[in-house]
Amino acid sequence: MSESPPTPNANDPRQAAWAPPTSTMKVSGAPSQAMNLNVDGRKPVSPMQGFGQLWQKTFKVRLSGLQMTPAEVMRYWKENFPIFMPADSRFMPTLSGIKPGEILLIEAKVPAFPGTPSFLPVATGVMVLYADDVTVTVMTPEGHPESGWNTFSVFEEDGCVVAQAQSLCRPTDPLYDIFNRFLGSSSQQDGVWVHVLTSLADHLGIKGQVAVSKTLVDSKVQWKAAKNIWKNAGIRTVFYLMGAPLRWARNLGRWQSQ
Amino acid sequence: MNQTTATMSVRNVSPATSIIDIQGEINAYAENVIMDAYTQASSSGARNIVLNFEKLGYMNSSGIGLLVTLLIRVNRQKQRLLAFGLSEHYQQIFELTRLSEAISIYKNEAEALKAIAA
Repeated sequence: MSESPPTPNANDPRQAAWAPPTSTMKVSGAPSQAMNLNVDGRKPVSPMQGFGQLWQKTFKVRLSGLQMTPAEVMRYWKENFPIFMPADSRFMPTLSGIKPGEILLIEAKVPAFPGTPSFLPVATGVMVLYADDVTVTVMTPEGHPESGWNTFSVFEEDGCVVAQAQSLCRPTDPLYDIFNRFLGSSSQQDGVWVHVLTSLADHLGIKGQVAVSKTLVDSKVQWKAAKNIWKNAGIRTVFYLMGAPLRWARNLGRWQSQ
Repeated sequence: MNQTTATMSVRNVSPATSIIDIQGEINAYAENVIMDAYTQASSSGARNIVLNFEKLGYMNSSGIGLLVTLLIRVNRQKQRLLAFGLSEHYQQIFELTRLSEAISIYKNEAEALKAIAA
Protein backbone atom coordinates (compact mmCIF):
# COMPACT_ATOMS: atom_id res chain seq x y z
CA MET A 1 0.00 0.00 0.00
CA SER A 2 1.27 3.47 -0.77
CA GLU A 3 1.83 5.89 2.06
CA SER A 4 -0.17 8.74 0.60
CA PRO A 5 -3.33 8.68 -1.50
CA PRO A 6 -2.63 9.18 -5.18
CA THR A 7 -4.75 11.60 -7.16
CA PRO A 8 -5.15 9.81 -10.49
CA ASN A 9 -8.00 12.02 -11.58
CA ALA A 10 -6.76 15.41 -10.47
CA ASN A 11 -7.24 16.73 -14.00
CA ASP A 12 -10.55 15.00 -14.61
CA PRO A 13 -12.97 17.67 -15.85
CA ARG A 14 -15.77 15.70 -14.20
CA GLN A 15 -14.46 16.91 -10.84
CA ALA A 16 -15.80 20.31 -11.83
CA ALA A 17 -19.27 18.78 -11.61
CA TRP A 18 -19.03 19.01 -7.84
CA ALA A 19 -19.76 22.17 -5.86
CA PRO A 20 -16.64 23.86 -4.52
CA PRO A 21 -15.83 23.29 -0.84
CA THR A 22 -17.92 25.39 1.52
CA SER A 23 -19.11 25.12 5.09
CA THR A 24 -22.10 27.41 4.62
CA MET A 25 -24.39 28.33 1.75
CA LYS A 26 -23.95 31.74 0.17
CA VAL A 27 -26.66 33.42 -1.90
CA SER A 28 -25.63 35.88 -4.57
CA GLY A 29 -27.58 37.09 -7.56
CA ALA A 30 -30.93 36.22 -5.99
CA PRO A 31 -33.99 37.09 -8.09
CA SER A 32 -35.54 40.35 -6.89
CA GLN A 33 -38.94 38.76 -6.26
CA ALA A 34 -37.49 36.13 -3.92
CA MET A 35 -37.83 36.43 -0.12
CA ASN A 36 -34.35 34.89 0.13
CA LEU A 37 -34.75 33.56 3.66
CA ASN A 38 -33.28 30.66 5.59
CA VAL A 39 -30.46 29.82 3.17
CA ASP A 40 -27.60 32.33 3.33
CA GLY A 41 -25.15 31.32 6.04
CA ARG A 42 -26.83 27.97 6.67
CA LYS A 43 -24.81 24.77 6.63
CA PRO A 44 -25.64 22.20 3.97
CA VAL A 45 -27.01 19.01 5.51
CA SER A 46 -26.95 15.36 4.53
CA PRO A 47 -29.43 12.65 5.49
CA MET A 48 -27.21 11.98 8.50
CA GLN A 49 -28.14 15.30 10.12
CA GLY A 50 -31.92 14.91 9.84
CA PHE A 51 -34.47 13.77 12.44
CA GLY A 52 -37.07 11.41 11.02
CA GLN A 53 -37.07 8.19 9.04
CA LEU A 54 -34.80 8.08 6.02
CA TRP A 55 -36.62 7.33 2.78
CA GLN A 56 -35.35 6.89 -0.73
CA LYS A 57 -38.09 7.81 -3.15
CA THR A 58 -37.73 7.37 -6.88
CA PHE A 59 -40.00 8.96 -9.48
CA LYS A 60 -39.49 7.96 -13.11
CA VAL A 61 -41.15 8.86 -16.36
CA ARG A 62 -40.38 7.08 -19.63
CA LEU A 63 -40.19 9.54 -22.50
CA SER A 64 -41.23 7.01 -25.12
CA GLY A 65 -40.65 8.07 -28.70
CA LEU A 66 -38.59 11.12 -27.80
CA GLN A 67 -35.86 11.86 -30.32
CA MET A 68 -33.48 13.56 -27.90
CA THR A 69 -30.43 12.31 -26.05
CA PRO A 70 -30.39 12.21 -22.24
CA ALA A 71 -27.93 15.13 -22.25
CA GLU A 72 -30.25 17.19 -24.45
CA VAL A 73 -33.20 16.49 -22.15
CA MET A 74 -31.15 17.43 -19.09
CA ARG A 75 -30.01 20.66 -20.73
CA TYR A 76 -33.65 21.54 -21.43
CA TRP A 77 -34.61 20.57 -17.86
CA LYS A 78 -31.86 22.74 -16.34
CA GLU A 79 -32.64 25.74 -18.53
CA ASN A 80 -36.34 25.63 -17.71
CA PHE A 81 -36.31 24.19 -14.21
CA PRO A 82 -38.76 26.67 -12.59
CA ILE A 83 -41.54 26.20 -15.14
CA PHE A 84 -41.91 22.53 -14.29
CA MET A 85 -42.62 23.25 -10.63
CA PRO A 86 -46.20 23.45 -9.29
CA ALA A 87 -47.61 26.86 -8.33
CA ASP A 88 -47.30 26.18 -4.58
CA SER A 89 -43.61 25.18 -4.80
CA ARG A 90 -41.70 27.83 -6.73
CA PHE A 91 -38.01 27.31 -7.48
CA MET A 92 -35.95 30.39 -8.32
CA PRO A 93 -32.39 29.84 -9.50
CA THR A 94 -29.88 32.60 -8.94
CA LEU A 95 -28.71 34.56 -11.97
CA SER A 96 -25.93 32.04 -12.60
CA GLY A 97 -28.43 29.26 -13.21
CA ILE A 98 -28.13 25.63 -12.24
CA LYS A 99 -24.41 25.14 -11.74
CA PRO A 100 -22.37 23.44 -9.02
CA GLY A 101 -22.38 25.51 -5.84
CA GLU A 102 -25.25 27.76 -6.96
CA ILE A 103 -28.41 28.21 -4.93
CA LEU A 104 -32.02 27.65 -5.96
CA LEU A 105 -34.32 29.63 -3.71
CA ILE A 106 -37.66 28.01 -2.91
CA GLU A 107 -40.95 29.54 -1.86
CA ALA A 108 -43.51 26.91 -1.06
CA LYS A 109 -46.86 26.70 0.66
CA VAL A 110 -47.97 23.68 2.59
CA PRO A 111 -51.40 22.67 3.91
CA ALA A 112 -51.96 22.69 7.66
CA PHE A 113 -54.12 19.58 7.34
CA PRO A 114 -54.54 16.92 4.66
CA GLY A 115 -56.88 18.01 1.92
CA THR A 116 -56.90 21.66 2.91
CA PRO A 117 -55.50 24.42 0.70
CA SER A 118 -51.78 25.15 0.93
CA PHE A 119 -51.33 28.39 2.85
CA LEU A 120 -48.48 27.97 5.35
CA PRO A 121 -45.45 29.60 3.72
CA VAL A 122 -41.95 28.16 3.73
CA ALA A 123 -39.07 30.15 2.26
CA THR A 124 -35.96 28.07 1.85
CA GLY A 125 -33.61 26.87 -0.86
CA VAL A 126 -31.17 24.21 -1.98
CA MET A 127 -27.57 24.19 -3.15
CA VAL A 128 -26.51 22.48 -6.36
CA LEU A 129 -24.15 19.85 -5.00
CA TYR A 130 -23.42 18.17 -8.31
CA ALA A 131 -24.26 18.89 -11.93
CA ASP A 132 -23.02 17.09 -15.01
CA ASP A 133 -24.52 16.54 -18.46
CA VAL A 134 -27.18 14.11 -17.27
CA THR A 135 -27.44 14.56 -13.51
CA VAL A 136 -28.18 17.35 -11.05
CA THR A 137 -28.12 16.82 -7.29
CA VAL A 138 -29.27 19.44 -4.83
CA MET A 139 -28.50 19.49 -1.12
CA THR A 140 -30.70 21.06 1.51
CA PRO A 141 -29.68 23.63 4.15
CA GLU A 142 -30.32 23.53 7.90
CA GLY A 143 -33.97 24.28 8.63
CA HIS A 144 -35.24 22.95 5.29
CA PRO A 145 -38.22 20.55 5.62
CA GLU A 146 -36.01 17.67 4.49
CA SER A 147 -32.37 16.87 5.23
CA GLY A 148 -30.60 15.26 2.33
CA TRP A 149 -30.36 15.23 -1.41
CA ASN A 150 -32.59 15.26 -4.44
CA THR A 151 -31.08 13.93 -7.64
CA PHE A 152 -32.54 14.65 -11.06
CA SER A 153 -31.20 12.52 -13.86
CA VAL A 154 -31.89 11.48 -17.42
CA PHE A 155 -30.68 8.18 -18.84
CA GLU A 156 -31.52 5.47 -21.32
CA GLU A 157 -33.27 2.33 -20.14
CA ASP A 158 -34.28 -0.42 -22.53
CA GLY A 159 -33.78 1.91 -25.46
CA CYS A 160 -36.03 4.60 -24.00
CA VAL A 161 -35.03 7.94 -22.51
CA VAL A 162 -36.09 8.14 -18.86
CA ALA A 163 -36.26 11.21 -16.62
CA GLN A 164 -35.96 10.56 -12.92
CA ALA A 165 -36.19 12.44 -9.64
CA GLN A 166 -34.84 10.63 -6.61
CA SER A 167 -34.78 11.88 -3.05
CA LEU A 168 -32.72 10.53 -0.17
CA CYS A 169 -33.99 12.53 2.76
CA ARG A 170 -35.21 12.59 6.34
CA PRO A 171 -37.64 15.12 7.83
CA THR A 172 -35.32 17.66 9.42
CA ASP A 173 -36.96 18.11 12.81
CA PRO A 174 -39.85 16.80 14.93
CA LEU A 175 -42.34 19.36 13.60
CA TYR A 176 -41.63 18.48 9.97
CA ASP A 177 -41.82 14.82 10.96
CA ILE A 178 -45.33 15.32 12.37
CA PHE A 179 -46.36 17.14 9.19
CA ASN A 180 -44.88 14.33 7.11
CA ARG A 181 -46.40 11.44 9.02
CA PHE A 182 -49.80 12.81 9.91
CA LEU A 183 -50.60 16.00 8.02
CA GLY A 184 -49.92 15.11 4.41
CA SER A 185 -46.62 16.87 3.74
CA SER A 186 -44.97 13.69 2.53
CA SER A 187 -47.63 13.00 -0.08
CA GLN A 188 -47.60 16.67 -1.06
CA GLN A 189 -43.85 16.46 -1.68
CA ASP A 190 -44.37 13.27 -3.68
CA GLY A 191 -46.94 15.18 -5.71
CA VAL A 192 -44.38 17.89 -6.46
CA TRP A 193 -42.00 15.42 -8.15
CA VAL A 194 -44.84 13.73 -10.02
CA HIS A 195 -45.90 17.18 -11.23
CA VAL A 196 -42.34 18.09 -12.26
CA LEU A 197 -41.83 14.93 -14.30
CA THR A 198 -45.30 15.06 -15.86
CA SER A 199 -44.77 18.70 -16.76
CA LEU A 200 -41.32 17.97 -18.22
CA ALA A 201 -42.78 15.19 -20.35
CA ASP A 202 -45.67 17.45 -21.43
CA HIS A 203 -43.26 20.18 -22.53
CA LEU A 204 -41.38 17.57 -24.56
CA GLY A 205 -44.64 16.49 -26.19
CA ILE A 206 -44.88 13.17 -24.35
CA LYS A 207 -47.80 11.93 -22.29
CA GLY A 208 -45.83 10.23 -19.57
CA GLN A 209 -46.95 8.11 -16.63
CA VAL A 210 -44.81 8.62 -13.53
CA ALA A 211 -43.78 5.44 -11.71
CA VAL A 212 -43.06 5.80 -8.00
CA SER A 213 -41.06 3.52 -5.74
CA LYS A 214 -40.21 4.09 -2.09
CA THR A 215 -37.68 2.38 0.14
CA LEU A 216 -37.42 2.91 3.88
CA VAL A 217 -33.64 3.07 4.29
CA ASP A 218 -33.62 3.80 8.04
CA SER A 219 -36.71 3.42 10.20
CA LYS A 220 -35.04 4.99 13.21
CA VAL A 221 -35.66 8.52 14.38
CA GLN A 222 -32.52 10.49 15.32
CA TRP A 223 -33.55 12.20 18.54
CA LYS A 224 -30.22 14.00 18.79
CA ALA A 225 -31.42 16.03 15.77
CA ALA A 226 -34.59 17.25 17.53
CA LYS A 227 -32.80 20.54 18.19
CA ASN A 228 -32.90 21.24 14.46
CA ILE A 229 -36.30 22.77 15.10
CA TRP A 230 -34.52 25.95 16.21
CA LYS A 231 -33.76 26.71 12.56
CA ASN A 232 -37.11 25.49 11.15
CA ALA A 233 -37.59 27.46 7.94
CA GLY A 234 -41.39 27.25 8.15
CA ILE A 235 -41.56 28.77 11.63
CA ARG A 236 -39.03 31.45 10.72
CA THR A 237 -40.87 32.33 7.52
CA VAL A 238 -44.15 32.78 9.39
CA PHE A 239 -42.46 35.04 11.97
CA TYR A 240 -40.77 36.99 9.16
CA LEU A 241 -44.10 37.61 7.45
CA MET A 242 -45.78 38.53 10.75
CA GLY A 243 -43.06 41.13 11.25
CA ALA A 244 -43.70 42.76 7.88
CA PRO A 245 -45.91 45.59 9.27
CA LEU A 246 -43.25 46.44 11.86
CA ARG A 247 -40.53 46.55 9.23
CA TRP A 248 -42.74 48.69 7.03
CA ALA A 249 -43.43 51.14 9.89
CA ARG A 250 -39.73 51.29 10.79
CA ASN A 251 -38.75 52.01 7.19
CA LEU A 252 -41.46 54.67 6.97
CA GLY A 253 -40.11 56.33 10.12
CA ARG A 254 -36.59 56.37 8.70
CA TRP A 255 -37.85 57.86 5.43
CA GLN A 256 -39.75 60.62 7.24
CA SER A 257 -36.78 61.52 9.41
CA GLN A 258 -34.54 62.05 6.37
CA MET B 1 -23.81 4.55 -19.13
CA ASN B 2 -26.19 2.05 -17.54
CA GLN B 3 -23.48 0.00 -15.92
CA THR B 4 -20.76 0.30 -13.39
CA THR B 5 -17.04 -0.04 -13.87
CA ALA B 6 -16.59 -0.52 -10.15
CA THR B 7 -15.01 -3.67 -8.85
CA MET B 8 -14.57 -4.39 -5.18
CA SER B 9 -12.57 -7.05 -3.44
CA VAL B 10 -12.62 -7.89 0.23
CA ARG B 11 -9.66 -8.58 2.50
CA ASN B 12 -10.20 -9.89 6.01
CA VAL B 13 -7.16 -8.40 7.73
CA SER B 14 -8.23 -9.63 11.17
CA PRO B 15 -11.26 -11.36 12.66
CA ALA B 16 -12.66 -7.95 13.53
CA THR B 17 -11.70 -5.98 10.43
CA SER B 18 -12.43 -6.27 6.73
CA ILE B 19 -11.14 -3.96 4.04
CA ILE B 20 -13.10 -3.35 0.84
CA ASP B 21 -10.69 -2.37 -1.96
CA ILE B 22 -12.56 -0.19 -4.43
CA GLN B 23 -11.57 0.20 -8.07
CA GLY B 24 -13.25 2.11 -10.88
CA GLU B 25 -16.28 4.41 -10.77
CA ILE B 26 -18.93 4.51 -8.08
CA ASN B 27 -22.24 5.64 -9.52
CA ALA B 28 -25.88 4.60 -9.19
CA TYR B 29 -25.16 1.34 -10.97
CA ALA B 30 -22.57 0.29 -8.40
CA GLU B 31 -25.20 -0.51 -5.76
CA ASN B 32 -25.12 -4.28 -6.14
CA VAL B 33 -21.34 -4.36 -6.28
CA ILE B 34 -20.87 -2.35 -3.09
CA MET B 35 -23.63 -4.10 -1.16
CA ASP B 36 -22.32 -7.53 -2.19
CA ALA B 37 -18.85 -6.52 -1.04
CA TYR B 38 -20.30 -5.35 2.29
CA THR B 39 -22.15 -8.64 2.75
CA GLN B 40 -18.93 -10.54 2.08
CA ALA B 41 -16.98 -8.27 4.42
CA SER B 42 -19.49 -8.84 7.20
CA SER B 43 -19.85 -12.57 6.71
CA SER B 44 -16.78 -13.28 8.82
CA GLY B 45 -18.18 -11.27 11.70
CA ALA B 46 -16.08 -8.15 11.14
CA ARG B 47 -17.02 -5.21 13.37
CA ASN B 48 -14.91 -2.72 11.41
CA ILE B 49 -15.58 -2.18 7.73
CA VAL B 50 -12.84 -0.18 6.02
CA LEU B 51 -13.27 1.33 2.56
CA ASN B 52 -10.08 1.68 0.51
CA PHE B 53 -10.47 4.50 -2.01
CA GLU B 54 -6.86 4.52 -3.24
CA LYS B 55 -7.89 3.21 -6.67
CA LEU B 56 -11.17 5.06 -6.97
CA GLY B 57 -11.54 6.34 -10.52
CA TYR B 58 -14.54 8.60 -10.07
CA MET B 59 -17.59 9.01 -7.87
CA ASN B 60 -20.69 11.02 -8.67
CA SER B 61 -23.48 12.18 -6.38
CA SER B 62 -25.34 8.89 -6.70
CA GLY B 63 -22.20 7.19 -5.43
CA ILE B 64 -22.25 9.41 -2.36
CA GLY B 65 -25.88 8.37 -1.87
CA LEU B 66 -24.81 4.73 -1.95
CA LEU B 67 -22.29 5.41 0.80
CA VAL B 68 -25.08 6.85 2.96
CA THR B 69 -27.13 3.70 2.43
CA LEU B 70 -24.09 1.59 3.28
CA LEU B 71 -23.45 3.67 6.39
CA ILE B 72 -27.02 3.09 7.58
CA ARG B 73 -26.59 -0.67 7.15
CA VAL B 74 -23.28 -0.62 8.99
CA ASN B 75 -24.77 1.37 11.86
CA ARG B 76 -27.74 -0.97 12.02
CA GLN B 77 -25.37 -3.90 12.52
CA LYS B 78 -23.49 -1.91 15.17
CA GLN B 79 -20.37 -1.99 13.03
CA ARG B 80 -18.01 0.88 12.36
CA LEU B 81 -17.29 2.36 8.92
CA LEU B 82 -13.89 3.84 8.16
CA ALA B 83 -12.21 5.02 4.97
CA PHE B 84 -8.74 5.74 3.69
CA GLY B 85 -7.00 6.64 0.45
CA LEU B 86 -9.32 9.48 -0.51
CA SER B 87 -7.77 12.07 -2.79
CA GLU B 88 -7.89 15.67 -1.63
CA HIS B 89 -10.85 16.27 -3.95
CA TYR B 90 -12.95 13.49 -2.44
CA GLN B 91 -11.92 14.45 1.08
CA GLN B 92 -13.46 17.83 0.30
CA ILE B 93 -16.59 16.14 -1.06
CA PHE B 94 -16.89 14.08 2.13
CA GLU B 95 -16.64 17.30 4.14
CA LEU B 96 -19.09 19.16 1.92
CA THR B 97 -21.64 16.37 2.16
CA ARG B 98 -20.83 15.96 5.86
CA LEU B 99 -20.16 12.28 5.41
CA SER B 100 -16.87 12.95 7.16
CA GLU B 101 -18.86 13.47 10.37
CA ALA B 102 -20.11 9.89 10.20
CA ILE B 103 -17.25 8.04 8.51
CA SER B 104 -13.79 8.24 10.05
CA ILE B 105 -11.26 9.13 7.35
CA TYR B 106 -7.59 8.22 7.44
CA LYS B 107 -4.70 8.93 5.14
CA ASN B 108 -3.71 5.34 4.50
CA GLU B 109 -4.34 1.76 5.54
CA ALA B 110 -1.74 1.77 8.29
CA GLU B 111 -3.36 4.78 9.97
CA ALA B 112 -6.83 3.27 9.68
CA LEU B 113 -5.72 -0.02 11.23
CA LYS B 114 -3.84 1.85 13.96
CA ALA B 115 -7.01 3.76 14.82
CA ILE B 116 -8.98 0.52 15.00
CA ALA B 117 -6.39 -1.03 17.29
CA ALA B 118 -6.32 1.99 19.60
